[in-house]
Amino acid sequence: METSDRYILKVTDLTVELPNQTILENVSFELKKGTTLAIIGPNGAGKTILFRALLNLIPYRGKIEWAPKVKIGYVPQYLSASDIPISVKEFLAFKEGSDIDDALSSVGLDSKEVLNKRLGALSGGQLRRVLIAWAIMDKPTVLLFDEPTTGVDLDSEEAIYKMLNDLEEKYKITMLLISHDLHIIRDYSDYMLALNKCVTFFGESKRIMDLELQQMIYGEPVCMVPV
Amino acid sequence: MAEELAFSLLIGISVGLSAGYLGSIMVLEKMALVGDALSHVALPGLALGVLLNFDPLVGGFAFLFVSSVIIWHIGRVTKLSFETIVGAVFTLSLAAGILMIRDLDVLEGALFGDIAKVRLVDAAAGLVIAGVATYLTRMIYNKIVLSMISEELAISKGINVPRVNLLYLLLVSLVVAIGIKITGTLLVGFLVVVPAAAAKNLSANLSRYSLLSLVFGGVSAGLGILLAGFLSYLEPPPPPGPLVVVVGVVLFVITILVRWKKRISI
Repeated sequence: METSDRYILKVTDLTVELPNQTILENVSFELKKGTTLAIIGPNGAGKTILFRALLNLIPYRGKIEWAPKVKIGYVPQYLSASDIPISVKEFLAFKEGSDIDDALSSVGLDSKEVLNKRLGALSGGQLRRVLIAWAIMDKPTVLLFDEPTTGVDLDSEEAIYKMLNDLEEKYKITMLLISHDLHIIRDYSDYMLALNKCVTFFGESKRIMDLELQQMIYGEPVCMVPV
Repeated sequence: MAEELAFSLLIGISVGLSAGYLGSIMVLEKMALVGDALSHVALPGLALGVLLNFDPLVGGFAFLFVSSVIIWHIGRVTKLSFETIVGAVFTLSLAAGILMIRDLDVLEGALFGDIAKVRLVDAAAGLVIAGVATYLTRMIYNKIVLSMISEELAISKGINVPRVNLLYLLLVSLVVAIGIKITGTLLVGFLVVVPAAAAKNLSANLSRYSLLSLVFGGVSAGLGILLAGFLSYLEPPPPPGPLVVVVGVVLFVITILVRWKKRISI
């Protein structure tokens, strides 16, 4: 990529199609190194599909160019671990050769407390942190995060975003996160990409509080919420 | 007689260990019924072996493997549950097999197992196949479990999930095919379901769960065959297959009681 010094990702005319429908159409954007991009949009807008394309998990048309030597970590929205007898230690050990204790302390978890717990028995907040620990274990340069606070109570939510911010600064990670939370987008991301099959807005995140912009992004009136 | 019992025990315990271990994945995949019903799919293959004069177990294995791949594929394409597809396929296979096998002795052996006729070569082959299947499953165990937890995480870690699943199906077909020798097609599903279900009752982590599945599989098969040997003075002597199932179910009930007593939160 020509601009690899400044940009870590360049997406050009990305189109993803299923047999009878177009999920994403001509999506183009660039992302600077070390910044956080929030991906927003109504349900079914293609946000998770964009992640799957960026991870090369699904077929697509168009170009996705990552800067050289990029290492991508991914935190999915859901896990199916409730019925599987697997401990946190065993789950994290799937990533061979990484320091589990170190990763857990980076995400504010006490290894003694959670290591032997069953993955499916963790609280929503603990599970999110374990997933982040998983993602940062092999020192990624980019972190893709699908709905960071799914299943997390309000108190833990803020803490998780603060922690992500710290990780971003500590490890100079570029982050892409899918979120519906307007104040989180404003406070914890630099840029936002609004999707609704195509790109409906791409710009600085602080503009998210603009009600007209919200209406354009979500396609319906957005009532004022005290933030 | 003692020699036959030793050969039976050798093949029985090795297949029991292996089937228990492989079955632990099947139970986690919520495919327990598939494991059970799949075994019936072997029957037309066994029949073809008898009709065309080649080893029925080879025919059984071929039918098992091809059917399991077809079922797996239909499941992925149609999003129907495996239980639904297998429900449709296995009764048809059972009917076809019974219609094809007209010799009642052969049919009885295929349905209920025929461990009394195990020779040294069968026992050795069973031991090797079960050992290789267990070893290969150990190699892919974590990959399959990770893909169950999150397919995206598995793929992003470079795991070729369809290929690993296909290998697993191949191994299950192999173990079930030799398991038929011990319990017959009607009961072999037990070996991949009940030991793992019993192990799940007592396990909060994966290593304990997979180890207990393996041990319970081996113990059920071993004790069932020994019990059949012990009761062989009865006329007619009881076949080992059903006794293997009875021992396994007793173990399963014990694990439920232990779990209930210890209030294990799993």
